[in-house]
Amino acid sequence: MNPSTIRTVQTVVFILIAVGIIALALGGYLTPLSRIVLFPAINAQSWLTNRFQTVQVLLSAPQDTTRLRQENAELQLEVSRLQSQVIELQQQLTETSILSALVDFARANPENRYQAAAVIGYDTSPFLRYVLINRGSDDALRRGMPVVTQQGLIGRIDAVTATAARIQLITDAASTVNVRLEPTEAQAILNGQITGDLILEMIPQDSNIQTGDLVMTSGLGGGYPPNILIGQISGIRSQAQDLFQRATVQPVVDFSQLEIVLVITNFQPIDIEPLIPTPES
Amino acid sequence: MIPSTISTLIAIPILGVLVIVQSSIVSRIPLIQGTPDLVLLAILAWTLQKKADTAWQWCIIGSLMVTLVSALPLGAVFVGYGLATAIALALRRRIWQIPLLAMFTVTFLGTVILHGVSWLALWLVGIPIPALESLNLITLPGILLNLLLAIPAYGLLHELANWIYPEELEV
Repeated sequence: MNPSTIRTVQTVVFILIAVGIIALALGGYLTPLSRIVLFPAINAQSWLTNRFQTVQVLLSAPQDTTRLRQENAELQLEVSRLQSQVIELQQQLTETSILSALVDFARANPENRYQAAAVIGYDTSPFLRYVLINRGSDDALRRGMPVVTQQGLIGRIDAVTATAARIQLITDAASTVNVRLEPTEAQAILNGQITGDLILEMIPQDSNIQTGDLVMTSGLGGGYPPNILIGQISGIRSQAQDLFQRATVQPVVDFSQLEIVLVITNFQPIDIEPLIPTPES
Repeated sequence: MIPSTISTLIAIPILGVLVIVQSSIVSRIPLIQGTPDLVLLAILAWTLQKKADTAWQWCIIGSLMVTLVSALPLGAVFVGYGLATAIALALRRRIWQIPLLAMFTVTFLGTVILHGVSWLALWLVGIPIPALESLNLITLPGILLNLLLAIPAYGLLHELANWIYPEELEV
């Protein structure tokens, strides 16, 4: 037999043995044997891999810490940005709801034209109750124009510059508003107080007023348009010997939380002072 | 630029910011009905600085700015701040060695005078405000708040004075 034939036979035999071993392995006949042979090898490889990973972690840990710190800082920055965004959106939501209420109010009172304005400050003197708004004569605001919110009357413009105006609130000690009471239709005068309270004066003794009666502008005197809600009677002081009754009023507007107000721009206040008789005349 | 010019010019942004803060924040958070007066405190604290020679300029600038935003009768703020400044100058000459005592004293007197002048001015224009009620609800809480803020105000203005009028070293 020549050498090439011998090599061919050896190759075929090896292939047959290999195929046989593979067939035995696939058939599961070599499992006990492979377990015995592979078990120490797998253990050794596991041990080596663990040691290698430990060393790798040890070597790469400082880099990871730096990266994690960087990631942490970035995430904190992101959280801060998102928190400020949330606050901004909440503020926008509040403003939107206020504006929506003001729009509803304007729709419910279509006889008036309105100019919305933001409250930007309060009078620096604690003796006075005035607020500053961010609209002025450039927006056609004039002295004497009434100012309301969606709840009711807050006051009228006292002074105007090109870009700002000052409003005298009805709670100011110098403020006087002619009002009528619902449902009795009694006329009265509403005065502000230094405490911020509202006092009704000059209520006729024969008027049967009750706590909870509505207080609205009467339009008398020409200072304010009629039928703007101001508040409700919260207490009555009536004595038989007095000429008039007095009452305290709970305003519908929270004057400490004024943000956006509406100026009624189509109302022209009437100055009736020249018509009031003086002692000389 | 000479220090007195700097101190006059710097009064404009400082008092301007204080008026804005007073109007937009401080006036919204009263104690009972009283509020601190940041402009008054700044003027008084500046007046009590030993080296400061521009007390009247600060008084006029502060009065002008407050008059622009306040509805108090014209001149009431000038008179109130002017009298408070005059008292502070008088006290500075006498008890400047104890600056904190001087600051407390002028803060107390300045607040009382300013509120008294405001009350009188409103009364003169026909707005009668009950005196006892205004004393209890406005003046006393205002004095308390001003006294609480007097020391920080004095400290800050003292630092500003040291920056504008640096110590001269004798060689």
